[in-house]
Amino acid sequence: MADMNPKKTPMPSQAPDIRNRNFDEVALGYTYEMAVGEAKRCLGCKHKPCVSACPVGIDIPAFIERIANEDLHGAYEVLSHSTSLPAVCGRVCPQENQCEGKCVRGIKGESVGIGRLERFVADWHREHANEDPVLPAPNGHKVAVIGAGPSGLTCAGDLAKQGYSVTVFEALHVAGGVLSYGIPEFRLPKSIVAEEIEGLKKLGVSIECNTVIGKTLTVDDLFDMGYEALFIGSGAGLPRFMGIPGESLKGVYSANEYLTRINLMKAYKPNSSTPIKRSKKVAVVGGGNVAMDAARCAKRLGADEVYIVYRRGMEELPARREEVEHAQEEGIIFKLLCNPIEVLGDANGDVCGMRCVEMELGEPDASGRRRPVVKDGSEFVLEIDTMIMSIGTSPNPLIRNTTPGLETNRHGCIVVQNEDGLTSREGVYAGGDAVTGAATVILAMGAGKKAAAAIDEYLKSK
Amino acid sequence: MFEILEKKALNPTVIRMTIAAPRVAQKAEPGQFVILRAGDESERLPLTIADFDREKGTVTIIYQIVGAGTMELHSLNVGQCLHDFVGPLGVATHTEGLKKVCVVGGGVGCAIAYPVAKKLQSQGAEVHSIIGFRNSELVILEDEFRQISSELKLMTDDGSRGEKGLVTAALESLIQNGHNYDEVIAIGPLVMMKFVCQVTKKYGIKTMVSMNPIMIDGTGMCGGCRLTVDGETKFACVDGPDFDGHLVDFDEAIARSSMYREQEQHAREASCNLFSKEA
Ligand SMILES: Cc1cc2nc3c(=O)[nH]c(=O)nc-3n(C[C@H](O)[C@H](O)[C@H](O)COP(=O)(O)OP(=O)(O)OC[C@H]3O[C@@H](n4cnc5c(N)ncnc54)[C@H](O)[C@@H]3O)c2cc1C
Ligand SMILES: Cc1cc2nc3c(=O)[nH]c(=O)nc-3n(C[C@H](O)[C@H](O)[C@H](O)COP(=O)(O)OP(=O)(O)OC[C@H]3O[C@@H](n4cnc5c(N)ncnc54)[C@H](O)[C@@H]3O)c2cc1C
Ligand code: FES
Repeated sequence: MADMNPKKTPMPSQAPDIRNRNFDEVALGYTYEMAVGEAKRCLGCKHKPCVSACPVGIDIPAFIERIANEDLHGAYEVLSHSTSLPAVCGRVCPQENQCEGKCVRGIKGESVGIGRLERFVADWHREHANEDPVLPAPNGHKVAVIGAGPSGLTCAGDLAKQGYSVTVFEALHVAGGVLSYGIPEFRLPKSIVAEEIEGLKKLGVSIECNTVIGKTLTVDDLFDMGYEALFIGSGAGLPRFMGIPGESLKGVYSANEYLTRINLMKAYKPNSSTPIKRSKKVAVVGGGNVAMDAARCAKRLGADEVYIVYRRGMEELPARREEVEHAQEEGIIFKLLCNPIEVLGDANGDVCGMRCVEMELGEPDASGRRRPVVKDGSEFVLEIDTMIMSIGTSPNPLIRNTTPGLETNRHGCIVVQNEDGLTSREGVYAGGDAVTGAATVILAMGAGKKAAAAIDEYLKSK
Repeated sequence: MFEILEKKALNPTVIRMTIAAPRVAQKAEPGQFVILRAGDESERLPLTIADFDREKGTVTIIYQIVGAGTMELHSLNVGQCLHDFVGPLGVATHTEGLKKVCVVGGGVGCAIAYPVAKKLQSQGAEVHSIIGFRNSELVILEDEFRQISSELKLMTDDGSRGEKGLVTAALESLIQNGHNYDEVIAIGPLVMMKFVCQVTKKYGIKTMVSMNPIMIDGTGMCGGCRLTVDGETKFACVDGPDFDGHLVDFDEAIARSSMYREQEQHAREASCNLFSKEA
């Protein structure tokens, strides 16, 4: 009989007024007892609504049942059948819109803590198991993967498991994509990302950093080098600016620059050689996960006041609910229904304020969300010294500009023919943010997985 | 890895280093740059490709020791390896169709200008070069420029070598002497490029400048290197580093380049202590 407690087992976390001054992980993870207890809340539904809402189709009731029976090896096996990065997904997936959103327990109470359990199993496995994976016999085929983010790494891992010789080419000096340069340490410790990547290397995946495809090598060079198929998982890293006056003042950052300085270049460490502005009053413009991360980083670097400035309301914030709650607990101030129209600078060219207008929600637009419209005469100035723009990113043009015959759409996203990720070029597959525009880790992984299967089929039938 | 094959001081603070980097050498063109990291915890340093040898698989850089990052690079010697070395980044300088060009280099900017001047000369263009330095001690690449230039003006601020004066004065006198340039290429400190552009604008001569704002990734991912060119936001690392100097907002670029001055100063002092102790 399931445990009918309507509440999820709470996640042990660092207290808000302590954690907003350090970069250590916020959520500390379930204990063994908590995990087994939470697992017993699962009803083991026959129709498994949670599984249909998981982009990679993890057999959720099966892995949870094994936790309830204290068979953690078994639980890990179920997970690793469908996901190659469970420690990451357990931490960053928007579960409330996916598995947990469909959980039957959620109808009359809180859903089962599926993400927390996934994280628990992955962390437990990392600490307790260190058997090397059984390497498959090489099948003699070479595949290249462009970009070492979640989509590329997943595709590489799946292909390596089938015996392919896989090389991942990564532009930056470290692998991981957004997991390394974007999502901060306090939400996703870099040691976990590094270990997941080590796991792939043990499978035989080779990762060549410092290689920009489109510059160091082109897609056609890769074919000339003997790679028979390619997966492009180059993400959507090109930051958008708003195009308002004052954007070039000192103290205006794209969220990518701010987070890259802090995460990739380690500006959060006291002895780091990477400079970052020590701000007092910061406005982060945008309402997604990226905006929450930038705001929480600014707070941790010592800012007194940090605002999230978003043009719609609380309901419309696209960030994961947990991130919004964490940000609020940490003292981030939400200025909703508010939009900047100009950044103001002082005589030295440093940011000293932001001219904003208030908004109200009108009729729903094409996306179904209510369109914000400016309230007449609502202009006001918000005093700040730093502005971080987090209003979206789009795919980088380096690959599309150097790959003849690769079709892209007007947003610069690579066009794929079907779910498999086949592009307009034979043998070239793509997936993740490079195809969809900025989305989620799990969708990127799902795309990498499908493409790996399609590449396998393509090369076998060739 | 990226082994240092040669290291030679060109003047007390400007060093030439040749590095084994076959893939970068294979694709490099004048005007492009690399980003390197000396060690595992180092900053990403953008440096122009000063020369390359596709057969030997080597790339040469010329750096001026200005702060913590370049001091750390300078602490490495022949036989040691750089941790990271990525490139070639940026768009190569356009040299096609140019028949007569005046190349203006200021300080370490001469290192960036030289490969472009050399390429122009090898394509049969007539190259005039104006190279400027603060004093005779700091002069670099004089012989190299002399070999490829049909006219060379060496300028120093204090007159301790060549002619006394600024590169802009030399440029203006060449133009007034009736030289019709298809293009002027100016590479050096922001202020120098700004004033060169003011001169050439007066005479209606197209002028390309090489913009070196603060960069991180060098692939268009952070936007930290953004500039305003003809009223539009451009990323120097992927759209440049070369831009039409008459369209660049230099005052903005000058203001942005001082963003981290204080923190750089601290880092520089810390490294001075560190590396002078080691020496
Ligand atoms: C700050 C931040 C927070 C986020 N938070 C969450 C979250 O909580 N939950 C969630 O699900 N999602 C989150 N996301 C979104 C998620 O991280 C992305 O959707 C996901 O990483 C996309 O994976 P990808 O493999 O397509 O691309 P990326 O992770 O972007 O990786 C692409 C890789 O390709 C490399 N590359 C690019 N161009 C080239 C080239 N020409 N040659 C070689 N390499 C190249 C890049 O350097 C990069 O390493 C967040 C994103 C950001 C920026
Ligand atoms: C495309 C490009 C090509 C360049 N080519 C050369 C070259 O061939 N030779 C050469 O000597 N220098 C070159 N530079 C400049 C060189 O990158 C900087 O001098 C170096 O990064 C300074 O680092 P530092 O830590 O030693 O000094 P710091 O004390 O950190 O800085 C000194 C000054 O260098 C500039 N600077 C600092 N960090 C960066 C950065 N990440 N990117 C760009 N500029 C920075 C700033 O204006 C600063 O005021 C180039 C820069 C760019 C962007
Ligand atoms: S250096 Fe990051 S976008 Fe140019």
